Amino acid sequence: MEAVINEIKKPENLVYGKTKVLTDNVMHYCPGCSHGVVHKVLSEIIEEMDIQDQTIGVAPVGCSVLIYNYIDIDWQEAAHGRAPALATAMKRLRPDRYIFTYQGDGDLAAIGTAETIHACNRGENIVIIFINNGIYGMTGGQMAPTTIEGMKSSTCPFGREPVHDGNPLKMTELLAQLPGTAYVTRQSVHTAGAVRKTKKAIRKAFEKQKENKGTSVVEVVSTCNSGWKMTPVEANKWMEENMFPFYPLGDIKDV
Amino acid sequence: MAKMIGTIEVDIETCKGCSLCVEACPTNVIALADEVNGKGYNYAYMANPDACNGCTNCALVCPDSCITVYRKKVEMV
Repeated sequence: MEAVINEIKKPENLVYGKTKVLTDNVMHYCPGCSHGVVHKVLSEIIEEMDIQDQTIGVAPVGCSVLIYNYIDIDWQEAAHGRAPALATAMKRLRPDRYIFTYQGDGDLAAIGTAETIHACNRGENIVIIFINNGIYGMTGGQMAPTTIEGMKSSTCPFGREPVHDGNPLKMTELLAQLPGTAYVTRQSVHTAGAVRKTKKAIRKAFEKQKENKGTSVVEVVSTCNSGWKMTPVEANKWMEENMFPFYPLGDIKDV
Repeated sequence: MAKMIGTIEVDIETCKGCSLCVEACPTNVIALADEVNGKGYNYAYMANPDACNGCTNCALVCPDSCITVYRKKVEMV
């Protein structure tokens, strides 16, 4: 078998490898974190579209604040929640560049709700990638606006109760109603099939930006296994059973 | 009849042993090793290399991009 394996391991038989847009730095994320998969998908699209020197990302606040160490493109760091405002300025100054923001749910749906909604309502020609794991992962798993009913977090240890804690916010559905958005979709990265679909969705969002159609929002329902206190495999199962009924996957708006 | 045979190469030092690839593999090729890497994680390895058909599912779900997949078509006699 060893001989057969060495026979196959040749450059001409290579079908999948790490893209060159990703740097060699080892990611600081916990084992099984969805951020790594989304970084990879994003890098692959940038490589496929050959826009590495024309893309500028806006890094968020949260675990992925160090995204500029991992994806080898130009980056700007925004204050918490202000990524769409910064991206607006960048796109208006450099309309020839591909501009995207990469934000978590605490960033996009809590502190940055105003910036997000107004950027989408103005129809700024940017791509917003929204990583929704239902909690504030980096600061210790506190309740976020997107925490679903009954979900446990460190600030609602008995599960979220709408009477006491308010209702979870479906940010993507909200943004789909605005006339400025061109493409609004919700995807996930829990299986290989879902990763392929997410890749198609992000690619489509970048194509829309190329055609000056308006704002594209790609929500990725993801896991935070450390914050949820589960193994990566359990977290994916929990997400399928509990998150997907409330956050159904698929395209919400496609103009 | 032609058959696809594949193999994977795991970057052992980058692997964090999350076992998402073990779950994603349709032919149960991958398992976590009993040994650990430099960071103390039980890394993924090919426990059953004969069954690999190079479908790339493991590499797609790997958050740390540490799996490289090779595939070759061979004629069966």
